[in-house]
Formats: sequence, C-alpha cells, structure tokens
Amino acid sequence: MADVVSPNGHPTPVPTVQPEVKPFWDGTAEGKLLLPKCTGCESLIWFPRPFCPACGSLDVEWIEASGQGTIYSYTVNRRGAGDLPEYKDPVPYVLAYVELAEGPRIMTNIVDCDVESVRIGQAVSLVFHDTGQGTALPRFRPA
Amino acid sequence: MSIRGKAYIVGSYEHPDRVIPDKSVSQIHAEVCRGALIDAGLSFSDVDGLFYTGQLNMGGTALSDYLGLTNVQYLDTTMTGGSSPVFQIGHAAAAIAMGKCKIALVSLAARPKSERPVRGAPNPEASFEQVFGTNTISMYALAAQRHMYEFGTTSEQLAWVKVAASQHAQYNPHALLQKVVTVEDVLNSRLLADPLHLLDTCVVTDSGGAVVVASPEIARDLKRTNCKILGQSEAPKHQNNGKIDLTYTGARWSGPRAFAEAGVTPRDVDYASIYDSFTITVVETLEDLGFCEKGRGGPFVADGGLLAKGGRLPVNTDGGGLCNNHPGMGGMMKVLEAVRQMEGRAHPELQVQDCQIALVHGTGGSLGTRMGSSTLILGQEDA
Repeated sequence: MADVVSPNGHPTPVPTVQPEVKPFWDGTAEGKLLLPKCTGCESLIWFPRPFCPACGSLDVEWIEASGQGTIYSYTVNRRGAGDLPEYKDPVPYVLAYVELAEGPRIMTNIVDCDVESVRIGQAVSLVFHDTGQGTALPRFRPA
Repeated sequence: MSIRGKAYIVGSYEHPDRVIPDKSVSQIHAEVCRGALIDAGLSFSDVDGLFYTGQLNMGGTALSDYLGLTNVQYLDTTMTGGSSPVFQIGHAAAAIAMGKCKIALVSLAARPKSERPVRGAPNPEASFEQVFGTNTISMYALAAQRHMYEFGTTSEQLAWVKVAASQHAQYNPHALLQKVVTVEDVLNSRLLADPLHLLDTCVVTDSGGAVVVASPEIARDLKRTNCKILGQSEAPKHQNNGKIDLTYTGARWSGPRAFAEAGVTPRDVDYASIYDSFTITVVETLEDLGFCEKGRGGPFVADGGLLAKGGRLPVNTDGGGLCNNHPGMGGMMKVLEAVRQMEGRAHPELQVQDCQIALVHGTGGSLGTRMGSSTLILGQEDA
C-alpha cells in the first residue's frame, strides 16, 4: 500500500480506463499497484493486460507490487509540452522508467525531489497522485 | 528465396519545398509521384503497385483516387511511422519478385509544419505512458540517458552527429537549415529534455518524396543508371513485457538479416543514410548495424566520423533529418539521398567516389517505447 495524495501541482491527467484493465485502475485509487501475473507460466506482465505476452495465456491474476524500485532511466523534460494538454505548463518534470523490485520497468514520473538531483540507479518508492475521478497515477519519489 | 537483384529503383524525386502552407498532402503526393515517374521515364498509367505513407484517411486507396491510378494490383499502406517507406521498398521488391506487380510507386508526403496531424484514438497502452507527460523528444532522451550511463557516451559525441549533418547541409540549397554549426553550438543550445538539446533534434518540415521500384525487365528497358535492391529486412522493437532495454534499436535484428540477404558486410558499405530523428538515434543504429562495437557509437561519430570527406563512414550527405528535411516521417528522404549517391547525383563536394554499396536504415516511432526498424541495402549492378 502507498499513499494516495493530492498531486500538489503535478499535472495529473485522468487515464482512459480500458475495460480489461479496470482492476488495475481501481487498485490505484486504493493505493495499490497491481501487476497482472500469468497463472500459467507465472510471468509478470507490463503494461497491464489480461493476456500473457510470454505464453499467450488469457488467465491472469493481479498481485500487489511492493512499491519499491530503482530508476532505470530518466529525463528532465524542460520544454513542457507533453502529448496531452495537461502538460502545456513549462515547469520541468521528470519522466522516467522505474525498474520495480518485482522486475518490470514501468514508465512514470519522479516527484517530490529536486529535478536536478535525479540519477539512474537511485532507489525510489511509490506514491499515488489522485486524479479525483476514481483513479490515481503511480509515481515515485526518492526512497 | 530472396529479393536480391529482383527489383531496381528506377526513379526518384524529393519535393524541393520545406514549408508548404498552400497545398494539401494529396497534392504533395501528386507532385512527388509525378517527379519520380518523369525521372524514371514512366507515366502514371504504367503504375501497377502503390505503396503509401502519409496522413490521409483510407491511405493508399485515397491516393490512387487522387492520382487517377486505374491499374493498381498491389496496394500497401504499412504504417511504422517514419520508417514506413524503408519497409515498403522491401515489400515492393518482394511483390515484384513474386510477380504481383512490375512498376511500384512508393510515396511519402506530410505537412506537420503547417497542419497539426490529427491523431486517432490512442492505443490501450497510452494510458500507461501519456499520462506521465510523454512527448517525442523526452522518449528519445530516456534512451540517450541510459546509453550514456552504460557506455560513457557524451553530449559532445552526440553533437558531432549534428555537426556532420550541418557540414553536409551547407551544400543543399533546399535544406531547411544550411548554417554550419559547431559542437559548442549544439551544447549551448537550449536543453529540452536531458541530455538532448534543441540542436540534437531534427527539423520539422512539410514535404514529400517518391521512388519508383521496377522489375529487372523494366529497368533494363529504361536504359538509365539504376540501383539494384540487394536486401531488406525489418523488425518491430518494443517494451518486451516490461523488459525494455533502451540501449539498442530494432536494427539489431533487421541489419544482420539485410546484410545476409544482400551478401555484403558493414565493411562493404560506401555510403549510409541513417535515420536521424535525434542524434542518439544515429549512434545506437550504427552500433546495431555493426559499423562499430555496441557502446562505441559515440567515439565512432566523434571528430567528424560521419563526414563525407575524411569520415569513417559518409552518412546523410543531404543534411539528413537533422538539417535538411523531416516531414514528421523521414524514411523516404533517407532512400532518396542513398539513390543520389548510387547514381552519382549527390552534390559534387559530397559525392562518394565509386559508391558501390549504400545502406538505408529507417527508425519509426520511438526509441523510448516501440519502433519499426527497416534496413535496405542497394548495389551498383546493372540489370
């Protein structure tokens, strides 16, 4: 379980929730980062989908990630204009891949830090930013 | 079974303009297709294969309507972003080899500078990416940052890719940017997404280009200098179920297969067009194609490594996407400069002497998530 907090100025677009991954997004609102796990070959699956890219199975269960990870790569986006209109504001933000303790590398943001201090290999832990629409975005801050 | 020697590039044309506020994307297609057919000595009524890249709904169907094509029996609207035409030339060669068509028109046109592309509904995975503020440059920056971390690649080394492109672009009167820049200019330009600066990025233009691919029999009858297609291979590269590795591209797979089909090695390549959406794209691709060891792309491109004169490998002598022409999707421009080099029509200051083998590599999509990679190898053999 991780805290679900107000985004505190970070742009927090409401994700489009595809029907097959509603359990994932329902979990975010409760502070849980749920990963699909194949009940056949036991692979963890990312990005979430009820389909195992490792073995082709449709049978998955959802397991809760620990919320711990390390930064695999990052960038400080200083131009500000993201693909979504919520990111028009030019305040620098950190886009990153975090490698979860469980293995998958997931795209996210690093928050609650000096953007100039972020480094590859840095230990980070999960925090959720509430969209106010029944979902929350999984982000990470220095551990 | 191979496409080696089964098809030739017999005509090519690049739109001369880089900002086109007053013409539709269909009209740009029409102008470049006409140009390529005139270059080949053929006409629209000869075309029986159409390979389309661009922004139109209904893709190649709409284009065959606009162009009035009535003999099309092979239609391909493969969409792998900017690399699409590099895929399609291989597909055209395969279709010709199988007797599905004889004269294929491959066309790309787009005008992202004047008309913001209308995007379709996002793919399901977008909910796990776009919400975090992705944009094109930041996705490539993620790859550059990891490449630097693992291999010690530097911003100075990346900057040399832009410097070489600008050195070449000064000879191209159509290039959007014709000013020569230095490593310092690149490093002093605005940092957009660490570690990439403004001058690490390609230009955005409105433009287009087309080539005609034809069977050996047609090529022989045309009595012109033709480029023989020696080999092509392609691959998607993606996040691989949470195991994404940002330090390599799909060229790792498409390159060796294309070389094998062509029967040549990186050592044999006299000229290379390498997709240069960003400076890092070139560095990773050169490594994956085997022009240097993995991780040594930085030293390979540094100190003028990509210059036509005195470089280790002449790359993007038209000025590339970094300086010349990148209408959001630049794979066709990569093919066009390789064809110029093979036909001896590059700028005299940049023409590679006795250019026997040229390589084209297209990278579409994003180094940061998923891309379509295609490698095409051309040879200087008569039909």
